[in-house]
Amino acid sequence: MRKFGEFGGIYVPETLMEPLIELERFYNEIKEDKVFNKELEYYYRYFAGRPTPLYLAKNLTEKIGGAKIYLKREDLVHGGAHKLNNTIAQALLAKKMGKKRIIAETGAGQHGTATVMAGSLFKLKTEIYMGEEDIQRQKMNVFRMELMGGIIHPVNSGSKTLKDAVNEALRDWAANVRDTHYLIGSVIGPHPYPTMIRDFQSIIGRETREAILKDEGCLPDKIVACVGGGSNAIGIFHPFLNDKVELIGVEAGGNGIDTGKHSASLCAGKKGVLHGSLTYLLQDEDGQVTQTSSIAPGLDYPGVGPEHSFLKDEGRVKYTAVDDKKALEAFLILSKEEGIIPALESAHAVAFAIELAKNMDKDEKIVVCLSGRGDKDVDIVKNSIDRGVITI
Amino acid sequence: MRISEKISESKERNEGVLVSFIIAGDPDKEDTIEYLYALDESSDIIELGIPFSDPVADGRTIQEGYVRALKNGFKVSDVFDIVKKFRERSDTPIVLMTYYNIVYIRGLEKFLKEAKSVGVDGLIVVDLPVEEGKEYIKCCKNLDLDTIFLIAPNTSRDRIVDIDNSTTGFIYLISLYGTTGVRNTVSNEALELLKRTKDICRNPLFVGFGISNQEQVASLVKAGTDGVVVGSTFVDLIGSGKNKEDVILKLKEKAKELKSALYL
Repeated sequence: MRKFGEFGGIYVPETLMEPLIELERFYNEIKEDKVFNKELEYYYRYFAGRPTPLYLAKNLTEKIGGAKIYLKREDLVHGGAHKLNNTIAQALLAKKMGKKRIIAETGAGQHGTATVMAGSLFKLKTEIYMGEEDIQRQKMNVFRMELMGGIIHPVNSGSKTLKDAVNEALRDWAANVRDTHYLIGSVIGPHPYPTMIRDFQSIIGRETREAILKDEGCLPDKIVACVGGGSNAIGIFHPFLNDKVELIGVEAGGNGIDTGKHSASLCAGKKGVLHGSLTYLLQDEDGQVTQTSSIAPGLDYPGVGPEHSFLKDEGRVKYTAVDDKKALEAFLILSKEEGIIPALESAHAVAFAIELAKNMDKDEKIVVCLSGRGDKDVDIVKNSIDRGVITI
Repeated sequence: MRISEKISESKERNEGVLVSFIIAGDPDKEDTIEYLYALDESSDIIELGIPFSDPVADGRTIQEGYVRALKNGFKVSDVFDIVKKFRERSDTPIVLMTYYNIVYIRGLEKFLKEAKSVGVDGLIVVDLPVEEGKEYIKCCKNLDLDTIFLIAPNTSRDRIVDIDNSTTGFIYLISLYGTTGVRNTVSNEALELLKRTKDICRNPLFVGFGISNQEQVASLVKAGTDGVVVGSTFVDLIGSGKNKEDVILKLKEKAKELKSALYL
């Protein structure tokens, strides 16, 4: 059960083996535990603001003139993204394991922010690893984390971005395993993280299922979500894996797949091992992990959750890519039509859903996982407008 | 086999074993070969690290060495050229240290066969625990390559037994919680780990991570280690040396100094 077909596994230095085995054992015990789940439910409801609405985007649907477009509003979760679903659950678990300190990596700062929120909630010392480049690009999130008591460690090794922040967090964990829990932010990393985090994020799909059955009396025809590490996607897909629902993951096409400047591991990567698991990976012919690119900081990662690699090879989920420009256009369209500013990550899913909806019947339904809100991205978008990449 | 023979010889002479680590291609292929010969004068086993973009088990010093090599255009095929060249003048056992992705992307069997053909004696794949290493162990066994696994201060008794059973050559004991890199003293964890593993393991036990001076080596020898692995301190000399001649001189001195603390 440590793998998804050939993907996943535990490829880590020896010092991390026992903590991972301990985490696996503890998680298996607690996941069915009534008290734990009751507490989690409480915090989801009163701290995170769940359940989130499944919202029919009427204006957008009318404008496109095809399938009905529903938005699963994870942007309304406290903190502005689905990230908190995972961090509350893991922080509560860490607390129950008797850990005193949590550490996390962050790229854009969304997972870092959600981790600091959860750390503050449960009174755990919280330290965040963030690439120096990202610190420069995401000043607001850095300050948010500091306001809530988080300590930020700038990472200046390697490419100074998300993957290097993961490396640094893993090194910290190896040095401090006795009192520290490493709170990974996506369905990546060694077992049991990809399974555990998928379980925590599956609340997105379960709620979606309940809501659409109530509103429409049937399941949606298609579900679309963006994929970086892939936690919001696996969260909304998972409860539908055994249904007749088409599932589509949208990766970051960056400047275009053929330019080599993108983050589309599933569309253009090769199998490899990074951060503890076997998965599709962007790398050179020698196995050196390559630089990635995306306008959406949260998708800018060379690997992807191993379960996605499995679902791709199984053919159960289709994976595609949307480039920076298309994502920016979708960002503007959703903002203008619906009064909802999406995260640039989520805008990738919106862009592809718009394309799909055009060629679908009016009685068909498509659900988009709106994984986060876009306030954090307004500077990037403004800059793109100023440079003439897109026009309002 | 060459590794076990070397260890037996050292034992007969009442010496502990010095394993000296540097990085292939740091700063380039040609210099690495000369540095290997320099270390060879006082080292019993050479450990050659293959640069990787994401070395999570390593501290800053070794990471920086990998970056230097990769910046200078290091290719994995270079490591085989280096070993081949080294073998023209030396029979000292060579162990490759690498991360699993480097092996995986080349093809497990292909990688191991290439290593064997140039004269590599064993491997340390630092992020491949025994649980994931079944194919690798089988393949190495067929090729008569030693599989060196690591044991950490928190490794359980059951897993120590598994690791010992999967290991040939020697076991690499991780002396502390954390990554590679120079420390000035020997940690209590190292001494405790030696004590704990001594009764369980049939393989020779070598301690590594953080070792850089004679005092540390002497206290580990006293605690019963069969050998020591020294890396960051050599990599540091390469990174900070004035020129090639200066580095060669310092590597020779350092290896000699450490080896002298291993005479029992």
